[in-house]
Amino acid sequence: MKEKLLALKEEAFALIENASDKKGLQDVKVKYLGKKGPITEVLRGMGKLSKDERPVIGALANEIRQAIELVIEQKQTKLQEELIQAQLESETIDVTLPGKSIKTGNAHPLTSIIEEIEDLFIGLGFSIAEGPEVEQDYYNFEALNLPKDHPARDMQDSFYITNEILLRTHTSPVQVRTMKKHQGKGPVKIICPGKVYRRDTDDATHSHQFMQIEGLYVDKKVRLSDLKGILTVFAKKMFGEDRDIRLRPSFFPFTEPSVEMDISCFKCGGHGCSVCKHTGWIEILGSGMVHPNVLEMAGFDSTVYSGFAFGMGPERIAMLKYGIDDIRHFYTDDVRFLEQFKRA
Amino acid sequence: MLVSYNWLKEYVDLTGVTPEDLENKITNAGIEVEHLSFVGEGITKVVVGYVESKKPHPEADKLNLCQVSLGDEVVQIVCGAPNVDAGQYVPVAKVGARLPGGVKIKRAKLRGEVSNGMICSLSELGVDPKFVPKEFADGIYVFKDEVVVGEDALPYLNLNDYILELDILPNSAHCLNMIGVAHEVAAILDREVKYPNVDLQEEAASVLSKLDVKITSGAEKVVPYYGARIITDIKIAPSPAWMQNRLIAAGIRPINNIVDISNYVMIEYGQPLHTFDYDTFNSDQVDVRLANKEEKITTLDGVERTLLPSDIVITNTQKAVAIAGVMGGSDTEVTSNTKTILLESALFDARSIRRTATRLNLRTDASSRYEKGLDYNRVTAASNRAASLIAEIAGGNVLSGFAECGQRVIEPEIINMPWKVINDKLGTTLTSEEIRDILVRLGFDAKIENEWMHVLVPTRRPDVSIPEDLVEEVGRIYGYDHLPATLPEGTTSKAELTPYQKLRRKLRRYFEGKGLYETVTYSLTTNEKAKQLTIDESTLNDAVKLKMPMSEEHETLRMSLVPGLIDVAEYHINRQMPNLAIYEIGKVFKAQGSQDQLPNEAEHISGLITGHVHDKSWNRAPETVDFFYVKGVLEGLFDLMGVSNSISYRPAKRPDLHPGRTATIHLNDECVGYIGQLHPNVQNDHDLNETYVFEISLAHLRDQDQSEITYHSLPRFPSITRDIALVVDQSVFADHIKQSIQEAGGKLLSDVTIFDVYEGEHIEEGKKSIAFSITYLDPERTLTDEEVSRAHDRVLASVKEKFDAVLRS
Repeated sequence: MKEKLLALKEEAFALIENASDKKGLQDVKVKYLGKKGPITEVLRGMGKLSKDERPVIGALANEIRQAIELVIEQKQTKLQEELIQAQLESETIDVTLPGKSIKTGNAHPLTSIIEEIEDLFIGLGFSIAEGPEVEQDYYNFEALNLPKDHPARDMQDSFYITNEILLRTHTSPVQVRTMKKHQGKGPVKIICPGKVYRRDTDDATHSHQFMQIEGLYVDKKVRLSDLKGILTVFAKKMFGEDRDIRLRPSFFPFTEPSVEMDISCFKCGGHGCSVCKHTGWIEILGSGMVHPNVLEMAGFDSTVYSGFAFGMGPERIAMLKYGIDDIRHFYTDDVRFLEQFKRA
Repeated sequence: MLVSYNWLKEYVDLTGVTPEDLENKITNAGIEVEHLSFVGEGITKVVVGYVESKKPHPEADKLNLCQVSLGDEVVQIVCGAPNVDAGQYVPVAKVGARLPGGVKIKRAKLRGEVSNGMICSLSELGVDPKFVPKEFADGIYVFKDEVVVGEDALPYLNLNDYILELDILPNSAHCLNMIGVAHEVAAILDREVKYPNVDLQEEAASVLSKLDVKITSGAEKVVPYYGARIITDIKIAPSPAWMQNRLIAAGIRPINNIVDISNYVMIEYGQPLHTFDYDTFNSDQVDVRLANKEEKITTLDGVERTLLPSDIVITNTQKAVAIAGVMGGSDTEVTSNTKTILLESALFDARSIRRTATRLNLRTDASSRYEKGLDYNRVTAASNRAASLIAEIAGGNVLSGFAECGQRVIEPEIINMPWKVINDKLGTTLTSEEIRDILVRLGFDAKIENEWMHVLVPTRRPDVSIPEDLVEEVGRIYGYDHLPATLPEGTTSKAELTPYQKLRRKLRRYFEGKGLYETVTYSLTTNEKAKQLTIDESTLNDAVKLKMPMSEEHETLRMSLVPGLIDVAEYHINRQMPNLAIYEIGKVFKAQGSQDQLPNEAEHISGLITGHVHDKSWNRAPETVDFFYVKGVLEGLFDLMGVSNSISYRPAKRPDLHPGRTATIHLNDECVGYIGQLHPNVQNDHDLNETYVFEISLAHLRDQDQSEITYHSLPRFPSITRDIALVVDQSVFADHIKQSIQEAGGKLLSDVTIFDVYEGEHIEEGKKSIAFSITYLDPERTLTDEEVSRAHDRVLASVKEKFDAVLRS
């Protein structure tokens, strides 16, 4: 009896070993462990055995049944693994092939520059003010201390619609409009970005339409040194922490004193190169203390309030920063140009 | 303004200050030196030579063989200049010399004769031919002053000079003359200004015996002062080399001693002077008046000018002999025969001169100085200086005194201010003494009285009139480099973008994420394009046109952004880039109300997509843009703004757009934009493939932005979805059926989507089948089949009734 059981075990093990799929294994299981299987048969025939043999054979039969079950289970796991393995192998792809491209566009470089400057000044407590692109002569010139016969407001230099209405030549009229809204009460802290227009023939360095971004800060006790401080923060954030700035006296009708700001050249660090024309400095913006006439015309008492203003050209900044050689690129909108500013 | 470094040394001590130092210091103190140049740049080995003898070249008519002493040697030089002669002292470029333009002088043989160098003309030495005096224009330069043979020739020619080119802005007109520059430099260096030493010997006879001056006919307002001298017995000749050289350095061509002296003194003092030939002036009366209408005068340049009553003229009572402050007339020009001159030194109103010079397009050295404002108190000094130079150089006799009219002396302005204001505005901590010192260096008379400061502004500085001007003067001389960098002490304020500014940025990022590049195109366009493809078609007569456009390309403000985008697309297709997706946010303009009212400006967002939206790849066929791709992009946009439910699309026929593939976009009932394919004719005109465009008025949407988030809790109960296919007439709009389903479905209906549209086989001719997937949901409990069926039956009944829709079996 014992021999028979052991032989069954060997037989079953061999069949399990040879089973190649789930079905084969199931057959083995049914054949050996099923109700009509040989092991069940052995157990059923236990009555014929002696009292001494019965527990020994019973235990052996159970042991063999468990052993077969275990081996089937192991084989099953193994088969499952093989199956998955085969599937994985059949599903293997060339991961070096390119991905399905999802096209993305990007902002125009001038927008990127303007948004960067806006964000910087929002952080310093400045709001963004906007105004009309077609302006009254009064806001564009007169209120900015450029009276009617001032050379800078020559008909030849501006696009007039009527004698009193023109395309704004700078974003400064937004400053005037904003100051008037404040009705003589400070502080006024604004950044004014936008399109401006001048009668220039388009070429590599001139454009009849271009962008400007200006800042204005009017409050009690605003000093020229504050302008220097704010512009230093701006220059470092915009062009790098190790930039130095330099203020040079200049002239604008709407500021007094007027200054121009240079930054130390970001290309050569100030040693002199082609970008800075070998001076070590790059002219970035015009600025100054708001002229008392401008403050008064906008309804501010110039003996109580003072302020500074500054203005710059995003085209110039982009051209300097990226080495762009022709201002017309900004308005031709060649995607091969635009897509280069994806990370701007 | 061209400033000669050597000439400047006459007025201010420049010891220890190199031209480069000077350049930096002047720029940093406020007047930009645009350019610093060495006059003799590129010149070496040019020495003074003496022509010992000259004989004709045996083989060439126009050449001479000159034996030229160079001090330590005598060499033969072949010279072709017509004016070369024995006994002349001349500049000689020796063998091995370099001349401007990279010319190198070598030993040469000219028609068999050896030439050891070159005798030079001024233009060969780098002088601009337009400044070369007439006597040397066609030949070599000949020294007239005492020179030493063999010495470097450059100092004799003032070619060892440096020129600083100053950029004179409206507030620095006081530096349009050498004395003004000297004052500026003296202030910067803290040194003294030395004025020219004028020693004028006048005759006993008075000028009044020969001349009287009056200002008449309303010219009094624009001619504050007119003064004239008479100088007799002058001899016209070329002026001395030193004066010629300085004029050349200042960019003025030497003419003759009289003209040169008046120009020289103008450069020196900034006061324009004019000289008339007294004999051809032909009158003992100067009448300064306003021109008559259509009055004519031929100016020194030989051009006949027609005048207006706003122009000031100098007349001999009979006729105009000069346009005041601009240019003299040719009739009274100083010539080689002139014996007696009338020397004018006058003040004219800046605006008047500017108007005249601008209108006549005649900007002269004189007019540009008058326009920018003079030091009124130099009018006499300049005349005295010129008269003394004429007596000295041209041998004239100066009659005593002036024939004059008007007021000669102007009192200086006084500015009273608390001196502390200087520190308050600059952010400095200067003492009152430091402030006063700086002002004194600038030549201002400043007194401090406790808190107050009283500053006498010299008349040469008409640009200084208010306390802020003094703030600038102190600041720039103190040096902006020395200013501290501070942060404002005022109220701190918090700032953020306005909701609209945030929305605009959100839209930009949305379109960029959808594959569109942002463009910026011109607002000014052709009159035709300005009116194309507008959202609102009723306003085409309201286009805003420029009064004086520069070109037809840019004459009218756009009313739509799309034509600009079409141009960008055409640019790309012409460069073999047929796939393009772009958008722009910008303003459009239309006139409103009366002429003096500003036009309406509205911000629009517009886009154009053409060609592939997905390129062909190893695992994907290319996808070409169609109406529904673009519409999908817009639907996403409206969803982003939270206005999807208020938006509808209506089929529309519009010029320039495909009549069967265009929809106007409505927000509630208002038309806020359109979407469509360009009309095939338009596509052909621009060489475009199938191209879709859209334009939306952001101004209309800005107030509707409902992107605020209202949170709904997640459904806890399952939804039930039923799919139906409805057969309807082809003319029925899918969206109408969808709306009807939504209305009929009631509260339980949570979503309707169209998942199939079919016409063709198995569908009756003239009909189409549209398949909807309808989802029902009750957030509160599990739906029963009966409830869903009831709602669904209502839906079916509704579409049957409204559209005669039949369930497709």
